[in-house]
Amino acid sequence: MPSRLEAPSRRLGEKAIQGLLALCAAISVATTTAIVISLLGPSLSFFGEVPIGDFLFGTEWSPALQPQSFGVLPIVVGTLSVTLWGLLFAIPIGLLSAIYLSEYARPRVRKTLKPMLEVLAGIPTVAIGFFAFSFITPALQDVWPGFLGDEPNIFNALAAALAIGLLIVPIIASISEDAMSAVPDGLREGAYAMGATRMKVALRVIFPAALSGIVASIVLGVSRAVGETMVVLMAAGATPNLTFNPVESIEAMTAYIAITGTGDIATGTIEYNTIFAVGLLLFVSTLVMNLISIRLVRKYREVYE
Amino acid sequence: MNESVRSERTRLAVAGARSVTLGLSRQPQLDVAKGNAFLALLLLAMSIALLGLALLLIDAFVDGSGRFGLSLFTEKASSLPANAGFQDAILGTLWVIGGVIVFCVPIGVGAALYLEEYAAKERWWNRLIEVNIQNLAAVPSIVYGILGLAFIVRGPFDLGFIVLAGSLTLTLLVLPTVIIAAREAIRAVPDSIRQGSLALGATRWQTIRRQVLPAAVPGVMTGVILAVSRAIGESAPLLLLGAATFVTANPTSPFTDGYTTLPVQIFNFFARAQEDYIQLAAAGIIVMLIVLLAMNSFAIWLRNRYEQRW
Repeated sequence: MPSRLEAPSRRLGEKAIQGLLALCAAISVATTTAIVISLLGPSLSFFGEVPIGDFLFGTEWSPALQPQSFGVLPIVVGTLSVTLWGLLFAIPIGLLSAIYLSEYARPRVRKTLKPMLEVLAGIPTVAIGFFAFSFITPALQDVWPGFLGDEPNIFNALAAALAIGLLIVPIIASISEDAMSAVPDGLREGAYAMGATRMKVALRVIFPAALSGIVASIVLGVSRAVGETMVVLMAAGATPNLTFNPVESIEAMTAYIAITGTGDIATGTIEYNTIFAVGLLLFVSTLVMNLISIRLVRKYREVYE
Repeated sequence: MNESVRSERTRLAVAGARSVTLGLSRQPQLDVAKGNAFLALLLLAMSIALLGLALLLIDAFVDGSGRFGLSLFTEKASSLPANAGFQDAILGTLWVIGGVIVFCVPIGVGAALYLEEYAAKERWWNRLIEVNIQNLAAVPSIVYGILGLAFIVRGPFDLGFIVLAGSLTLTLLVLPTVIIAAREAIRAVPDSIRQGSLALGATRWQTIRRQVLPAAVPGVMTGVILAVSRAIGESAPLLLLGAATFVTANPTSPFTDGYTTLPVQIFNFFARAQEDYIQLAAAGIIVMLIVLLAMNSFAIWLRNRYEQRW
């Protein structure tokens, strides 16, 4: 930065502009603050009525029905189930794609494939949710082998999970590819010089060297999967269901917020406040994951740049 | 390079070399076969990802092509699926996105300029802003919907369920993307240009305004287009902001109360769970995907065309 080269300026305009630009940057901090405030207020009044232990560990979720029950576990498990099955699909596909792009693909091939992954990352989630409902679910029902038990429900966690997996493949692939490309060539050349095959270089040298970036990409993928709304709303259903069974209909936390927030409910009722309590849980859990992933990305950047 | 970094590299190199030497070996043909099998696995993974993309596009086209036509653009929402189209939703998207562009470009570029040109990296508040922006980029979109509902529609701003509330919420949602892209574009302008300008007596702002910004425009544009295309496809937060209610009138200003956008209308038609409406939703997806693919291709073209090596 050339900042120290400058003579002290007495121009007021310069200072004013700097202040204005700083204000723009401060808006991001204000956004976070506003998120926290808007979630905390109604959540506190929610926890005034429902003990926090009952909320976090209760196994019955029926805020709209009598008798009301506010155990959040069924929708948390719904979210976790979709995330888990989605990752089982997305991690191998994303990482193997990253290894291919970084270690095997010729520059020209990479230049065509990377934008295609970016296009996949840019598809609106409403289109992906539609795909999950209108293609993945029927396809699963068609090919479902009998020994796996009942075939998937019309709304099921598995279709949503696969669609979300497709959604996070580009995230995992592109961040991991970045991390692998950042590994200095000296390491590759050293291994080749010792007679290593390409596969060994990729798996035993590059992969461990890029591990922090790879973990970061997965954590970010998890955070994205947990926060995804439209796909679970359109394909996974709206039945709070405490199960990891992928063929059953479930309700995810985000879907609950979307369904309840869309309906006509009066401000200040306990039902209205549940949106914020669930939102707070969602925000805190993704925040933790995001911070871990930011840390890890910084780590690999520091080591090799 | 510090000691720990070097030892880390050495450790990796030694581990790699060791495992290779141990395996050097006994069966070279087996190594070749394993290598080929591994490459096949990589290609399989890559093609599954691309196949997913292809199937998604084909599925929307197959489901929606029967309904695709000019009437999508000339008809509004209707209780009869045969008469329904997306005109009001498309206009709603244009109004909302127009607002997003007006707000997010100056704020996003301003924030990026501050962080790259003015902020002293070692100050804790600047680091806080940086981490904060990275985190905001990954906050679930539905949380922005809650923010919009509690802060903009109701609460302090109290705008009601109007187009502007949607614009403001989506602006906050895409700002981190714009800032991160703009920062990268600004960082890519070499310091020698700044120093040259300052040495000739330009003030800091003159340097930024006349040298740095013009050089960074293509990169900033790319980031803005990608962010805007994300905003166009975004529906979850708008569900909470009143865009999901059934309307049949076109929006006419940022203050129109009762509006909808293309992706939200697609979801609404889908949610009616009737064959005709689902077909209509698929046709809407085709329209949306065509617009977004065009914007994405333009952004990628722009990046490749103006990518400058200094």
